[in-house]
Amino acid sequence: MSDYNFAYLDEQTKRMIRRAILKGIAVPGYQVPFASREMPMPYGWGTGGVQVTAACLTPDDRLKVIDQGADDTTNAVSIRKFFQRTAGVAVTEATAEATVIQTRHRIPETPLCEGQILVYQVPIPEPLRFLEPRETETRKMHELEEYGLMHVKLYEDIARHGTIATAYAYPVKVEERYVMDPSPIPKFDNPKLSDNPAIQLFGAGREQRIYALPPYTQVVSLDFEDHPFEASKAPHDCDLCGAGDSYLDEVITDDRGSRMYVCSDTDFCAGRRAAGHVGRLGQPGAAE
Amino acid sequence: MGAVDLDICARVKEDRPLLSVQGVKKLYGSRIGCTDVTFDLFPGEVLGIVGESGSGKSTLLGCLAGHLKPDAGRILYDGRDMGALGEPERRRLSRTEWAFVHQNARDGLRMGVSAGGNVGERLMAVGARNYGTIRDTAADWLGRVEIAADRIDDRPSAFSGGMQQRLQIARNLVTGPRLVFMDEPTGGLDVSVQARLLDLLRGLVRDLGLSVVIVTHDLAVVRLLADRLMVMKSGRVVEQGLTDQVLDDPQHGYTQLLVSSVLQV
Repeated sequence: MSDYNFAYLDEQTKRMIRRAILKGIAVPGYQVPFASREMPMPYGWGTGGVQVTAACLTPDDRLKVIDQGADDTTNAVSIRKFFQRTAGVAVTEATAEATVIQTRHRIPETPLCEGQILVYQVPIPEPLRFLEPRETETRKMHELEEYGLMHVKLYEDIARHGTIATAYAYPVKVEERYVMDPSPIPKFDNPKLSDNPAIQLFGAGREQRIYALPPYTQVVSLDFEDHPFEASKAPHDCDLCGAGDSYLDEVITDDRGSRMYVCSDTDFCAGRRAAGHVGRLGQPGAAE
Repeated sequence: MGAVDLDICARVKEDRPLLSVQGVKKLYGSRIGCTDVTFDLFPGEVLGIVGESGSGKSTLLGCLAGHLKPDAGRILYDGRDMGALGEPERRRLSRTEWAFVHQNARDGLRMGVSAGGNVGERLMAVGARNYGTIRDTAADWLGRVEIAADRIDDRPSAFSGGMQQRLQIARNLVTGPRLVFMDEPTGGLDVSVQARLLDLLRGLVRDLGLSVVIVTHDLAVVRLLADRLMVMKSGRVVEQGLTDQVLDDPQHGYTQLLVSSVLQV
């Protein structure tokens, strides 16, 4: 195969990361510091997620990597290739067949099940960061559960836009204790965080933090009594598969403002088309 | 019978100091920040602390508000020893029963957050989760400090210095604190704005029955606001008493100098 150790990282590093993961699972939503390594990719490309995936992989695993829901975009393709080369594990695009799924900014539409691990790439793990720049102070705020400031951000949203305009990286409270940044997933995905049978792991490489949600953890999106949380999406159906309940990407199709909406989860969309569902612009039997 | 008992209870409660400071000392290395400071502050009372720059006024205020840890002495708030109080409790007090008005409004405000958000922050910190109520309360408080209602969504960076200072006061008083610390609240403002701010402060202190510790080097400010006065020099209290008594009949040499240094227009 290659001269790399299994899954690129050396065994000691993987042990160190596993310890951080176990601690994260023991304290859901708490950001565990870990000694993040330099990876052969730039920060911002998923160095945290890759390290967590490397620490979780076994030779029997089947890996799926998605980037904004798609299996075939640059980030997904290169990370998948990276683990094919360094770990030699099987890969798949089907959510139901994967044992480990590394994701950038989406939760797959197909419900996850027990035994699966979902690894998120996190750019900024600290939900309070843009409100309080001092790390010492934000740690103190987590310690003492002083989360009023998080609502100031939501207040500002309503004051300025009339509704809570935060559409991604929407802050959540885990098991009524820690406020957590769910990574920049659309808030449409927030309800899927809660009570999920899969293990959810979050890795931030540059910020050197790992946090986790064990299976069936209660996760609540923050809101106001008179402005409740709403999992929003574009008010359309998928133009290829006709799905009305999946998160959509808006695609500009010409210079005159024409556009189409397609599922951001490519595996989900392809599966529906294979099953015979056809959207507004789809052609019957055209899947794959 | 019962009514009489209640009356006595109320009076006994009033007679207990809200803040009791006993021999507080703070050293910076071998230099004295402040030393041997002892006083009681009763509910509804305004205490002025005056003295020149470097006399230990702000150090003392920092010790009282819990920002600095005194090297000796005890501070009792409502009968509880602040030194023995844990940090969570102290931080809870400082955003519910206490307020701190900074000299520079920028230190006490969130400049990136609208005026309404600034006032609402303390409410949300103590658990308010209804947007409509928070906004109404914020609008009400902006009115009380004479900021026009249509400025509620503007950021403090768009406000004048005087408005920023009034906003800071509204932000601090919104949760109905019992004890307010003020560090040179009128510093850096021109005299007409100062006069209006003082007028406002005097009204609020009377209406809400606040206990206030106000640090300033401006004797006119304490003359208007303070019931009692403490004069500090080189970290020590050199004279204390009723404000009018201290200002009109200063006993200590330094106080005499201070009073005679005020320019007469």
